Amino acid sequence: MKHEHAKTATQNACKLCNPLGACLAFRGIENCVPFLHGSQGCATYIRRYLISHYKEPIDIASSNFHEESAVFGGSHNLKIGLKNVSDQYKPDVIGVATTCLSETIGDDVPMILREYKKEFKNGTPMPILIHASTPSYQGSHIDGFHAAVHASVKALAEKKSRREMINLFPNMVSPADLRYLKEILEDFGVPYMLLPDYSQTMDGGPWGEYHRIPPGGTPASTIVSSGNAKASIEFGSTIETSKSAAEHLDIMFGIPAYHLPLPVGINGSDRFFDLLETLTGKKRAEKYEDERRRLVDAYADGHKYVFEKRVIIYGEEDLVIAMTAFLREIGMVPVLCASGGKSGLMKKRIEELVPDMDELGITVREGVDFVDIEDEAKVLKPDFLIGNSKGYTMSRKNEIPLLRLGFPIHDRFGGQRMHHLGYRGTQELFDRIVNTVIEQRQNASSIGYTYM
Amino acid sequence: MEQIGILEGRQKQIFEKRKGTTQPDIACDTSSLSGSVSQRACVFCGSRVVLYPVADAIHLVHGPIGCAAYTWDIRGAVSSGPELHRLSFSTDLQEMDVIYGGEKKLYKSLIELIEQYKPKAAFIYSTCIVGLIGDDIEAVCKKVARETGIPVLPVHSEGFKGTKKDGYKAACHALMKLIGTGSTEDISKYSINILGEFNLAGEAWIIRQYYEKMGIEVVATLTGDGRIDAVRRAHGATLNVVQCSGSMTWLAKEMEEKYGIPYIRVSYFGIEDMSKSLYDVAVKFPDRPDIMEAAKQIVSEEVKTLYPSLQKFKKALTGKKAAIYVGGAFKTFSLIKALRSIGMSVVLAGSQTGNQDDYTRLKEMCDEGTVIVDDSNPVELSKFILEKGADLLIGGVKERPIAFKLGIGFCDHNHERKIPLAGFIGMYNFALEVYQSVMSPVWQFAPRKGGSL
Repeated sequence: MKHEHAKTATQNACKLCNPLGACLAFRGIENCVPFLHGSQGCATYIRRYLISHYKEPIDIASSNFHEESAVFGGSHNLKIGLKNVSDQYKPDVIGVATTCLSETIGDDVPMILREYKKEFKNGTPMPILIHASTPSYQGSHIDGFHAAVHASVKALAEKKSRREMINLFPNMVSPADLRYLKEILEDFGVPYMLLPDYSQTMDGGPWGEYHRIPPGGTPASTIVSSGNAKASIEFGSTIETSKSAAEHLDIMFGIPAYHLPLPVGINGSDRFFDLLETLTGKKRAEKYEDERRRLVDAYADGHKYVFEKRVIIYGEEDLVIAMTAFLREIGMVPVLCASGGKSGLMKKRIEELVPDMDELGITVREGVDFVDIEDEAKVLKPDFLIGNSKGYTMSRKNEIPLLRLGFPIHDRFGGQRMHHLGYRGTQELFDRIVNTVIEQRQNASSIGYTYM
Repeated sequence: MEQIGILEGRQKQIFEKRKGTTQPDIACDTSSLSGSVSQRACVFCGSRVVLYPVADAIHLVHGPIGCAAYTWDIRGAVSSGPELHRLSFSTDLQEMDVIYGGEKKLYKSLIELIEQYKPKAAFIYSTCIVGLIGDDIEAVCKKVARETGIPVLPVHSEGFKGTKKDGYKAACHALMKLIGTGSTEDISKYSINILGEFNLAGEAWIIRQYYEKMGIEVVATLTGDGRIDAVRRAHGATLNVVQCSGSMTWLAKEMEEKYGIPYIRVSYFGIEDMSKSLYDVAVKFPDRPDIMEAAKQIVSEEVKTLYPSLQKFKKALTGKKAAIYVGGAFKTFSLIKALRSIGMSVVLAGSQTGNQDDYTRLKEMCDEGTVIVDDSNPVELSKFILEKGADLLIGGVKERPIAFKLGIGFCDHNHERKIPLAGFIGMYNFALEVYQSVMSPVWQFAPRKGGSL
């Protein structure tokens, strides 16, 4: 549907900026401080935004540009900032991400980092400095996420001797998902590198004393050894080759890269487990067969509630694509698959998973905001919406229920503990979807059935 | 436990009150140290928070998407009518715009948004990048204002051009352009503007009601539940009553100079300061003793119901220790008094943007052993919370997880709060929230209270 007004400005954006994703990814490296090269506000806003979802302290340093830095370059500020972060946080790694400001004035960050290493070398061990280019005027938060992962591998991975090890690049998923992925890999008994791994740093326990950097995360040494792995698995459907960490390892060290959509749904999860079986030569543990059986059983128990229910799904492109395939396997119709991202690949990737998408009336829109989605919703009148918290405004206004998933969840409790991936995640999603339908039906009924 | 050090460049911004020591001035009003993980934001943030509650204007952020996305519906500033302030508009600048300039996109966006939403005015916020690519925002705003007939006000809030305080000033500058353009006919001689009250959780309504009960006309609230037409006639008021002095004192001074309107500084937090803010206004109208009488009446009625209800909290909280880290220092004065009235002492007091006068006063107010900090960071805050054995932290979203990780209570006194903490009822809510958090049994499991790690 065409917007009833001409529309140049973005209204209620369905995306965030590039540096946010980089900060989150850097949080998934052990003893790493994310560092934004730009104005103080970028770091503070991003901290606030992440804290509201994860409910964890998130220290992001900033080079804190002034007018002079904007005129003469941010080199001086960046170096002082790195020194201060090193002194105060004693990190193993500092993940430097740029902002629109430092990118526009054209700071040569790799050169500044090289200078810094020379100037401040004084016998004490220097943290590893990783640089990701994340100008906010390009792409969205998910690009920053991949940029940081890519930069980390590029900076650290080395090849020594090939090992029985698997690299897994999980994409921007919840801490609960990361924990589940680790459990799966551990059950397969295969050494692995999961990058990033913020399962603990963004969802950890209480502290008895102050931690400058919370425990957890992928150790830098493990990233170094990712160059020895026998294979890389990367979840995601729209990652450009040049920005893919798995592709980088393939090109540099000949490590085969396997790209899978995020493993949501039975088919999606099967693909992931099958691949792990192939790569490890081992069968999956019985408990995953059990999880799958329970899920198949739940599909049977709940199928009538969800069949041909029409929904709008929005969020990061990769999540929307994987969710669309899952919704189709339970008989639902995602009448609109929308994202603020703009890879140009979303429709193609959905079509690969759902070949009859056009017949079903599934529409795909990239580069949209929440006003666009709302305009569509008014016409499509879906049964409910599926996506992050930011759809609440249109949900409330148009009285369409919202099932929350992904990031950010700012208006419900426990977003960081929500599962989305594998049989377990799919089970949780399926239960929640069915309950959304049941609740809607129960509320709409004048009788007040106690059995639904 | 590991000793936490203070960064060399930060030591002058920290002070511990001790008997017999000389009292050096705290260094403040400086920009944040690079790499110190300041809790401050930027110039843009300062402007955005001040103007945000103006509900019948559109707020267009000129820049890449982040600045608009992170400030979408961010404040608990409520409106009794239009809610344009709760929408997020951005020119969402892309690489090509950065190369070729964003003026055309800005112009088109403005024309379309004004056509679609029919606002009373538009605020255009410059972000970092606009300061670099050199878009002539003034010219675009003038053109659009001419074509649409509404005020289109540029806000020069490039993030790197100063601190949050400069953002306050840029916002006030935009407001000054509106003030004086409306009719002041029919405005009573017994009238005020409420400055620096943002109607979080409806606080401005509570305050306004007190003044109106006293027989005083409130011309404009800047900017809580704000309306462009009210701002335009604000120069017709007899007195400016300024809360959140950090953001609005500049505007009050400008109005004093230009329109001869005197101003007073007040605070609506805690019984003492809330009462004083009514009396201080009443004093300014000596020819109407009934106003003072009414103020006394309000205070006595409110305190009569409030005081007994606070005793339960006081009994439970007596002897507990609080740490305060908020945006403006002026608020800390009230909080110290409010906490004392429920039996609590303050072991750490700090702010993002306090000035020299604020800190001098804070030093006078505080007990011995209290640490005073300017522009602090998570490491320092945690250090002092632990060293001083605080039971409560008062702050905003960014401070909350620090408190909870360390296993102490927390009270949200920032602009996202959903419960009114101003006014007499606000004091009750404040005490209740502090009580509910500090006295919760969940802390028994916190490692610092003997729980396991």
